Amino acid sequence: MNNSQKNKLIDTSFKTIGLLFTYFGIAILAILLYKIVHAGYTRINWEFLTSLPSRKPEKAGIYTAIIGTLDLMVLTIIIAIPIGVGAGIYLEEYTKKTKLSLLLEINIANLAGVPSIIYGLLGLGIFVRFFNLGESILSGALTLSLLILPIIIVATREAIKAVPSSLKEASFALGASKWQTIQKVILPSSFGGILTGIILAMSRAIGETAPLIVVGAMAYVPFIPHSLFDSFSVLPMQIFTWTTRPQAGFAIAASAAIIILLILTFAMNGIAVYFRNRWQNKLGK
Amino acid sequence: MKLKEKIIEIVLQFFASITILTTVGIIAVLLFESITFFKSVSIIDFFTDTKWTPLYSNQHFGILALVSGTVLTSTIAISIALPIGLTIAIYLNMYASKTFRKTLKPFLEILAAIPTVVYGFFALSVVTPFLQKIYPGLETFNSLSAGIVMGIMIIPFVSSLSEDALSAVPKSLKEAAFGMGSTKFQTSFRVMVPAASSGITVSVILAISRAIGETMIVAIAAGQQATFTFNPMVPIQTITSYIVQVSMGDAPQGSIEYKTIFAAGLTLFVFTFLLNSFSFYIKKKYQEKYE
Repeated sequence: MNNSQKNKLIDTSFKTIGLLFTYFGIAILAILLYKIVHAGYTRINWEFLTSLPSRKPEKAGIYTAIIGTLDLMVLTIIIAIPIGVGAGIYLEEYTKKTKLSLLLEINIANLAGVPSIIYGLLGLGIFVRFFNLGESILSGALTLSLLILPIIIVATREAIKAVPSSLKEASFALGASKWQTIQKVILPSSFGGILTGIILAMSRAIGETAPLIVVGAMAYVPFIPHSLFDSFSVLPMQIFTWTTRPQAGFAIAASAAIIILLILTFAMNGIAVYFRNRWQNKLGK
Repeated sequence: MKLKEKIIEIVLQFFASITILTTVGIIAVLLFESITFFKSVSIIDFFTDTKWTPLYSNQHFGILALVSGTVLTSTIAISIALPIGLTIAIYLNMYASKTFRKTLKPFLEILAAIPTVVYGFFALSVVTPFLQKIYPGLETFNSLSAGIVMGIMIIPFVSSLSEDALSAVPKSLKEAAFGMGSTKFQTSFRVMVPAASSGITVSVILAISRAIGETMIVAIAAGQQATFTFNPMVPIQTITSYIVQVSMGDAPQGSIEYKTIFAAGLTLFVFTFLLNSFSFYIKKKYQEKYE
């Protein structure tokens, strides 16, 4: 075998390995989904969605967990959107290239890399203890908000950057003030990108478990939260609790709860991709 | 009018400064509780003792027992994610057709979107029983299964960041290599990977940082026994899963058990902070190279 043939052989082998590895990732995804759906789909019915958690696996439901998750998401959206989008606007439109803006940028990049459980410790120290909000749904929402802020800020900045500067200049030329330009020109044309970022941030938040365990999400809650200061549970927390139980019935219940969690996560990702494509097409025109 | 503009600017500035306050808050909380922790525990014992038993009557506070668990699971994860992720990145960038790349990428993104608690359940209920068929000595809770699943979770992270780095390499370099008669393999490994090395390094460092901060997979599948060991077959505990264990129980505020999670958290934060800062430094240097 001459050199050229040898090189060709190496090349083809690597190509095959690359293809195999790519399919390996997909295969794992398929196995994961199959195993979980197979184990859990029989438990999914109206009763499962509307029953309280229970000591008996065949009676346990996810009512309090799913309501807790929805409440927590709504609260988190209310807190994180104005702050995240506002900070993004500030960094993109108001700051000049100074040392301060560089510091802010480095800081946000760093925050994005801080493990989520550290945010849990932050929430425990600041919201639960220092501000004395207790192990409440409000503490949970504030903690998650801080966790997803970097995602929303980065997405907002990217979306604003993509707005053609001609639009902005036209607005200024018409005598619009800075805020008028942001409100009437920049935000509407970057809306799709910002929305995509927000939905992706929410899909990250909905699956978070570790920081909520630390700020005191409950393993068992017999009621749904009625005020901001009530204790709470969430779907991932319920799944975690069930996986730690030895009875086989809880593994089935956990699988069923995972199906619901994955449906929510995938739906949000799907919506995000849809908005991203629509927005990119609009910008392209 | 002027006043309104000014107020809006101040409000937006405040929102941006919340990110700084977050960092300050993290450091303050971790330091504050850790300082009182180190008043009752010798810092030398903390770094040299190999036993970690704050929840037992015979208390030891040797963080090495948790660090070894963290290093073990992360090493297994990276040795899965790095070769596979990088190969996928090169394959998608150099070999795959555009349509193949476009169809495949969303599937890999789905892998990254799955909540970690789901991966933990997968590790415990699917991967561990499977591995036990191959290695009958494998215990129910072990770092091997947790590490492998964590590695799978990180694959899309490595592959997408590395692919971005490969795409950023100027086309002329690739074309020059092809023009000299190189195969795709030779071009990949002698031109593209070296040219994209800083970007690939960033992806690997961020992946390591992700692995050591990962919590739910290890909390579910790796056990709760802080042992100073590098044996992947036995139960271990990581820094993160220890924090979970204490949080699930009810350690009273002010007790030494309560403070340990902040000392452990500070250790974790320092590790990830160093890694993230290093990757940011490389990224800044590398941006200058091609811009």
